[in-house]
Amino acid sequence: MNQEGADNSRRRFLTAATTVVGGVGAAFLAVPFISYWRPSARAQAAGAPVEVDVSRLEEGQLINVKWRGNPVWLFRRTEENLEDLERIEDRLRDPDSSDPQQPDYARNRHRSIKPEVMVMVGICTHLGCSPLFRPDTTPQGFGGEWVGGFFCPCHGSYFDLAGRVYQGVPANLNLEVPPYYFIDDDTVLVGEDEEGAA
Amino acid sequence: MRKIVLTLALSLLPAMAWGGLPDRMDVDTDPHDKGSLQRGAQLFANYCMACHEASLIRYNRIAQDLGIDEDLVEEYLIFKPETQVHETMTNAMTEADAEQWFGVPVPDLSLTARRHGPEYIYTFLNRYYVDEDAATGFDNTVISGTAMPHVLEVLQGRQHPVYEERNGEQVLVDFEIEEGTGTMSPGEYRAATRDLTNFLDYVAEPVKGERQRMGKWVLLFFVIFTVLAYFLKKEFWKDVH
Amino acid sequence: MSETRSGGLVGWIDDRFPLTKMWNEHVGEYYAPKNFNFWYYFGSLALLTLVIQVVTGIFLTMNYIPSGDRAFESVEYIMRDVNWGWLIRYIHTTGASAFFVVVYLHMFRALMYGSYQKPRELLWIFGCLIFVALMAEAFMGYMLPWGQMSYWGGQVIISLFGAIPVIGPDLALWIRGDYVISEVTLNRFFALHVVAVPLVIIFLVVAHILALHEVGSNNPDGIDIKKNKDANGLPKDGIRFHPYYTVKDLIGVGVYFILFSVVVFYIPDFWGLFIEHPNFEEANPQVTPDHIAPVWYFAAYYAILRAVPDTFGGVLMMGLAVMILFVLPWLDRGKVRSVRYRGLSFKIALGLFAAGFILLTYLGTQPATDWNVILSRLGSVLYFGYFIFLFVYTAFGLERTKPVPERVTS
Repeated sequence: MNQEGADNSRRRFLTAATTVVGGVGAAFLAVPFISYWRPSARAQAAGAPVEVDVSRLEEGQLINVKWRGNPVWLFRRTEENLEDLERIEDRLRDPDSSDPQQPDYARNRHRSIKPEVMVMVGICTHLGCSPLFRPDTTPQGFGGEWVGGFFCPCHGSYFDLAGRVYQGVPANLNLEVPPYYFIDDDTVLVGEDEEGAA
Repeated sequence: MRKIVLTLALSLLPAMAWGGLPDRMDVDTDPHDKGSLQRGAQLFANYCMACHEASLIRYNRIAQDLGIDEDLVEEYLIFKPETQVHETMTNAMTEADAEQWFGVPVPDLSLTARRHGPEYIYTFLNRYYVDEDAATGFDNTVISGTAMPHVLEVLQGRQHPVYEERNGEQVLVDFEIEEGTGTMSPGEYRAATRDLTNFLDYVAEPVKGERQRMGKWVLLFFVIFTVLAYFLKKEFWKDVH
Repeated sequence: MSETRSGGLVGWIDDRFPLTKMWNEHVGEYYAPKNFNFWYYFGSLALLTLVIQVVTGIFLTMNYIPSGDRAFESVEYIMRDVNWGWLIRYIHTTGASAFFVVVYLHMFRALMYGSYQKPRELLWIFGCLIFVALMAEAFMGYMLPWGQMSYWGGQVIISLFGAIPVIGPDLALWIRGDYVISEVTLNRFFALHVVAVPLVIIFLVVAHILALHEVGSNNPDGIDIKKNKDANGLPKDGIRFHPYYTVKDLIGVGVYFILFSVVVFYIPDFWGLFIEHPNFEEANPQVTPDHIAPVWYFAAYYAILRAVPDTFGGVLMMGLAVMILFVLPWLDRGKVRSVRYRGLSFKIALGLFAAGFILLTYLGTQPATDWNVILSRLGSVLYFGYFIFLFVYTAFGLERTKPVPERVTS
C-alpha cells in the first residue's frame, strides 16, 4: 500500500476526533450500566423511613426496628447511664464524635436529639456484624469496669451506650447514628432529617 | 388487472359507505402533555380506583414524572388509608369482593394501554349507551354486555344510540345525549376521556416521555460519530487504488 | 510496514502469548479484497450485535426471576423500578430483531456472491449452525417474559416436536418436563438461553471467523484474490483489514446505531412486531389469545408450516427449509460465484427466492385465511424451487455465464 497523497496531519486529526467522540460515547453508555446497580425504586420504597413509637419504651429497654434492611436500635437511657457516658470518656477513641458518623444534631456526648433516647444503626463499624447488647454483664475479654454497652462477637469491639467505640479494639469508628427526628414527643421517624430526605 | 382492482374497491366500499361508526376512535396520546396527564390521574383516582388498580405504578413516580408535589399527590390521589407515597396505585377491593359485585375479576389497568392500545380505552369510555335490559342500565359497543357500570355517567350523561336503515339493515350511525343529563358537554367529555386515556397510556409505559426526550440527543451523537467515521474512512482510503 | 515490537509490555506478553501474532493474523495483516460493497457490512454488525446481546443479557439476568409467578412481574420491575432497566431491556429486545435483520442480509449476501462455494463450504456450514443456534436462542428468550405470546408461542413450537411420528409425544413431554408448559419449562429454557446456547454461538462464531481467515474473504466479483500476488507475496487486490476495513466498518456501525436508536427510543415495540402486544398480558394457560403470530423473524418458516395441510408434513417442510441451507454448496455446481457474471435465469431465480421469503414472512404474521394459505404455498414453492432450480440449472450445464475478470472491479 502506498501512502502518496495521504495527508498525515488530517489523518491524525480525524483519528483523534473519532477516538475522542467514540470515547465520550462509551463513557455515556457506561452510565446506565453502572447506575443499574444502584438501589431500584422498589429497594428505595422498602428502605423508606420507619415510624417508631417510643412512648412505651421503658428505661433500660432496647428495641430493634428494621430500616433499609439493617437493625436500628432505640434505647432509653437511665440517669445513671448518662452520668457514666461522661465518666468513661478517657477510655474512648472518639468521645467527641469528630468523625462524621452521625448527623450534626446528634454530635454531642449522648449522640442523640433527646439525651435519654438513643437511636443507632446496630452494625459494627469494623466489618459489618451486629454487636450484642450488654447492659450489665461484662463481655468476655473486657478489662476494667463495664458500665454497659455493646460488644461485637465477631472481632471483639466494644462500644458504650452512645455507640462510641472503646480504645484498642479493631473498630475505628463510633456506631452510625441514622438521620431521624421526633414527629411528636412520642414518635420517632427513622431515616429522614427534619428538613427533608436524608 | 383493472378488473381485480375494481372488484376489490367494490368489496371495500360497503364497509366505508354503509358501515356506520368506525370500531375504534382515534385518540392522540402525548406523554409530554403534563396538564393532560395530571387531569387524567385525578380522574383515574376519583372514578376508576374504587375498583381498578394500577399496581405497577408508584405514586412518587407519578409525582416526579408529572411534576406534582408529593404532598399534593397524597392529598388528591391517595385515598386508601395508610398508603405511603412510594407505594403503588392499589385499592382496598379484594378479588372476592369483585367476584361478588360484578361476577368477574376487575382487571388491573397497569398495562391495558400497551395490551389493547389507547384507542381501545378511549373508545370504550365513549361508547356506553343506555340499554334498559342490561343489569347496569348501560351496554358498550367495545365490550358488549360488559359488567362494568357506566361510572362516568354523571359527566357524560345518558347516551342513546342512533340507528339508520342502510342497505336494508339497521346500522349504528351516531349517539345522542339525553337532554339535561351529564355535567359535561360532549366536547368536554371527549377531552376528559382523552386525559384519562393519556394517563393510562403513561401508566403502561412511564418512561415513554423520557426516552423520547433522550432519543434526540442519542441520535445527534450517532450522526456526528457517523459523519466523522465517514471522513476518516475517506481519508484512509486515499491509499487504496 | 509490518512492525515487530519486541520491547515493553507487548513484547513481554508476546514472549508468553501470541498477542501480536493473533492481531496480525486476524486484523492487522489480514488481507481482504478491496472491492467490498454495502453487503459486506453485515458480518461485523452481526458480531457487534452478539456483543450487545451478551452484555445487555447479562444485566437483565441480574433482575429477571425465572419463576412462573414472578417472571412477568420481574420484567415490568426491570422496565419501571430498576435504574435504566427500560433502556437495557429495549436494547435487548431490539437487538434480538436486529440480529435477524443483519443475519438474513448477511446470508443473502452469500447467496448473491456464491460465498458458500468451494473452498468456503465449511465456513458456510458454520454459518448455518450459527443460524440454527440463533433461532433456538431467540425462541427460548421469547419465552422468558412469560406473557401470553411467550406462553402460546412456546406451546405451538414445542408441539411441533410432538408431531414427529412415534417419539413425538414423549419428546415434547421431555422438552417441557411437565404435562403443559410450566415453570419447569421456563427454568430450563432460562438456563439454556443465558448460558448454554450463547456459549455454543460464541464457539461457532470463533470457528466461523477462523474458517474465513483460513480461506480468505470472497468478494462481489467472486474471484480469488490470492491468485494475483505481488513480489512480496501479498494479494494485489487485497488491503489490510486494519485500518482500511476497520474504519469502513465504523461507518456501518454508526448508521446501524442510528437506526437501532430510532427503534429503542421511539418505536421499541415496532408496532407490535418486536414486542407483541399480547405479551403485555401475563401467561394464562386457560386462555389463548385471538390471534397467535410468531415473531417476525420466524414468520417465513411458520408460513411454510401452515402451507402444508398435515401436521407432520408441515413440521417436516419447515425443518427441511432450514436443513436445505446446509447442502447448498453441493447443490450449486456453478462455475462462477458472483451474481454479476452468472446467467440471467440465476438472477431471476434469486430475485424470486428473495421475494418468496419476504412474502412468506408477511404471511406468517397474518391470520391463516384461505388466501393466506394459497399464497404461502406459492411462497414455499419459490423457496424450495430456488434450490431445486439451482441444482438442475448448474448440474446439467444449462447456465450461460459471462466472462469473469482477472482482477476485481471497483
